[in-house]
Amino acid sequence: MITFKLNGQQRTFDGDPDTPLLWVLRDFEKLTGTKYGCGIAQCGACTVHLDGMTRRSCITPIATVDGSEVVTIEGIEGKEAEAVQKAWVAIDVPQCGYCQSGQIMSAVSLLQMTPKPSDDDIDGAMAGNICRCATYQRIRQAIHDAADTMEG
Amino acid sequence: MIRNITFTSISVCLVLNAVIAASNISWAQDKVAAKAVELKPVSTFQSITDEKQRSVALFEEAGKVIQHPRCVNCHPATDRPLQNLTMHPHQPPVTRGDGGMGVPGMMCTTCHGSENVPVIGQAETIKSIPGNPNWHLAPIEMAWEGKSLGAICAQIKDHERNGGKSIDQIVEHMGQDHLVGWAWNPGEGREPAPGTQKAFGELIKAWAQTGAACPS
Ligand code: FES
Ligand code: FES
Repeated sequence: MITFKLNGQQRTFDGDPDTPLLWVLRDFEKLTGTKYGCGIAQCGACTVHLDGMTRRSCITPIATVDGSEVVTIEGIEGKEAEAVQKAWVAIDVPQCGYCQSGQIMSAVSLLQMTPKPSDDDIDGAMAGNICRCATYQRIRQAIHDAADTMEG
Repeated sequence: MIRNITFTSISVCLVLNAVIAASNISWAQDKVAAKAVELKPVSTFQSITDEKQRSVALFEEAGKVIQHPRCVNCHPATDRPLQNLTMHPHQPPVTRGDGGMGVPGMMCTTCHGSENVPVIGQAETIKSIPGNPNWHLAPIEMAWEGKSLGAICAQIKDHERNGGKSIDQIVEHMGQDHLVGWAWNPGEGREPAPGTQKAFGELIKAWAQTGAACPS
């Protein structure tokens, strides 16, 4: 039996321990905000926070999550998340939206570790999040905007 | 409406996959050699009577490991690790960051866990994601990419460029370190380094004992 915290709540999973975290989230927990894009750690659509750090859930066997804390797009909170949400809405970052929950999880993590990121910091943090709609310019702008509002 | 949203999600998902599939060549894993490359044991070199020449020959044998892409890929000359036997730049385009652990928002641990993770039924070309509890890049002063074996040998012995290690510590690092050992257990779809870590460690030890001479 695998036990972990999901968005602040204690959860268990007793299926195949090799099941990727992504499928536990989507199929068992019905949290479908986290997306499947590639299944091979190449696109970033499935990004969650595992013990406070970004993690690609598609290549994370649920067995390795035992005793850990998972936060998904549905549960992300705090000043960075609020600033990111506002900045995203303000300039309409998403196009189709498919990649955006992954983008936001990476952006929030970046701001948690680097509150005033440079363009290079942003490019480095977001390098693994592909956007088929090419919203990269707006993503970069919104991260700068979020950093500015956090600064107050 | 709901139907439409679902349809959009699926088609975007397919398109994302197509984008990735289109570049699969650069992401493909190794074509694993049919037969593993072996290392000659230390005893093979006993017949070389000149100690310096024996030392050089031992290091050249160990060099089959040191210059194997499995090792050089994480000793790159730039801030970007390499992948595959073809040693192409790492995809996604990650950078070294502090301590070779990646950058905020994209640390190595975003994808690399404490063990290799097999990837089932997702791609013809990627069979596993490599992992180790200590997964990180070698520091830039330990870059091996593009260097001759003689240059790497001098570098390994140079305290300024080897993390201040003594020759005994080098022997131990090569022969015992768990992350170095990953090269012989690189996960499905990757060719392991030649021989075994034990055989490699013995070659390095014998090289040290014969004066740690470097190829010219
Ligand atoms: S679905 Fe996990 S990185 Fe693409
Ligand atoms: S908004 Fe469409 S894939 Fe990023």
